[in-house]
Amino acid sequence: MEKKVEYNTTELMACAASKILEDGKSVFVGTGLPIIASALAQKTHAPNLLIVFEAGGVGPRIPMLPISVGDSRTFYKAAMATSMDYIMSTAQLGYMDYGFLGAAQIDMYGNINTTVIGSHDRPKARLPGSGGANDGGSLCWKTIILMGQDTRRFVEKVDFLTTPGYLTGPGAREKVGLPAGTGPYRVVTQLGIMGFDDKSKRMKLLSVHPGVTLEQVRANTGFDLIIPEKVTVTKPPTEKELKILRTEIDPAGMVIGKS
Amino acid sequence: MDVLEEGKGELLAWHDPDEHRRWILENKSRSLEDKRMGLKEAVDKFVQDDNYIAMGGFGHIRVSMASIYEMIRQRKQNLIMAGKTAVHDIDILIASGCVNRVEVAYSFGHELRGLSPASRRAVEEGTVKVLAEISNAGFQWRFKAAAMGLPFIPTRVMLGTDTFKYSSAKVVKDPFSGKPICLLPACYPDVVFIHVHRCDKFGNCQIDGIMIEDFELARAARRLVVTTEEIIDEERIRNAPWRTVIPFYLVDAVVEVPYGSHPGNMPYLYYSDEEHMAEWLKLSRSPEGVKQYLENYVYGVKNFEEYLELIGGVKKLNYLKQVEQLRAPLKAPWAER
Repeated sequence: MEKKVEYNTTELMACAASKILEDGKSVFVGTGLPIIASALAQKTHAPNLLIVFEAGGVGPRIPMLPISVGDSRTFYKAAMATSMDYIMSTAQLGYMDYGFLGAAQIDMYGNINTTVIGSHDRPKARLPGSGGANDGGSLCWKTIILMGQDTRRFVEKVDFLTTPGYLTGPGAREKVGLPAGTGPYRVVTQLGIMGFDDKSKRMKLLSVHPGVTLEQVRANTGFDLIIPEKVTVTKPPTEKELKILRTEIDPAGMVIGKS
Repeated sequence: MDVLEEGKGELLAWHDPDEHRRWILENKSRSLEDKRMGLKEAVDKFVQDDNYIAMGGFGHIRVSMASIYEMIRQRKQNLIMAGKTAVHDIDILIASGCVNRVEVAYSFGHELRGLSPASRRAVEEGTVKVLAEISNAGFQWRFKAAAMGLPFIPTRVMLGTDTFKYSSAKVVKDPFSGKPICLLPACYPDVVFIHVHRCDKFGNCQIDGIMIEDFELARAARRLVVTTEEIIDEERIRNAPWRTVIPFYLVDAVVEVPYGSHPGNMPYLYYSDEEHMAEWLKLSRSPEGVKQYLENYVYGVKNFEEYLELIGGVKKLNYLKQVEQLRAPLKAPWAER
């Protein structure tokens, strides 16, 4: 009998997200879980993943989890330590394959909010704002979003559109002047992995995590999610992946300790 | 060019390029002068109430925290701050009442540590106003436009979003491609503090590691105060001039402050002090806690040297050096459940 591997949802999300990143591609990484998933990819199937940090780190060999996208871990044994202008300009040029972001709210077109809950001028909750998210979501070829899923976060309309997804649907990004052929690609949550329908640009379910039902996914989505006939089950984390996460990437449990 | 859309955020720290050139002509010296002074004097001389301020570095990395504490000690008022990924710097400036208006790319958060209780409370209660939103690329390109002496810079970020609607940018039809493009206005902060690894007494600076936005910010600044881990001999600068990232003629003051980025990270020298950050994040959950922190670490000490003794002195600073060099495990009490 196969030994049961114990893991928490944060570890599951990190492992599922890391598998999306391909070797030999570049990724523009946001704070927290995206860094963990990218570092894990680099230490497993994608040793030549080019990890890029907005503050100037290019191609580091991340020794352990950075607290910030600008701290010294983000350019440890890097190919280059440069400036934000340099990174953002190369993103604008088309060198960044993946943008890897977190979010507080998302809608069916992958538009994301990290600015306020409630109204802008008298917010119920003030969040940090765009940071580099709008830039990553505007300029990278494919955006991957890592976030929690429930009806307060997967909403019909985001309270504030911080970072562009497909805006109002097909062609909308190009119409407002965003680089052609860019947009959200995957959304990874504690329940499953979502993609976007080629034609309508609406979010659709691709896989559910082990033990998660379609009913649970529907109940935790505040908009009409496309659920195709064929939905696969996400591969669970392996012992090797979990060991790397717990002993190399985040030994202090700064992110993966929180489930 | 046709203006297609205008953001409704307040246009801050913008000057007509000719007005700014005139200001440079009249106010910035090109002569090689000894600009060393004490931190107290530099903050007193260059920070005026109501100024628009920006910090070099990145939130809690290579930020002139010593200057932040000195601004608080001098009880500066009504400052507007560039939240250009501002983390511990803006949190404590808001909590102490020095900053009451912000232009936000990233503020009110502590990155991996979570949200900033004190500054969030201030915005949610309305004591701090967000005058404009922007993105990180947007902010540094505002500084870049200023660094080039231009009124604006065209970019392809912020288009189609509320981040644009609440910014001071405009969208026009690009006369070359015919596509909509976002114009970001130049940003010339009244005063900028940049913390560097080393410089000479004239202000020729070397920085190890990432530059973040400081190439642009140093030129965008009207007044530039450099704090440095170490003042070195001019000959060391002149033997490796390609290492100078900020030249002397941009600099108004040079202040030697070892460990000046504490509790933040100074790449290659010391990692951020996560035990101190945890103490702040815990205390700043309540106004009483904020008061207690400020009384203890800011008002209760005469200067940054006394503060360094209070946070643990040589023993703590050696530990942070070891963490930076991956020779000691990181202690992050805020991560404990």
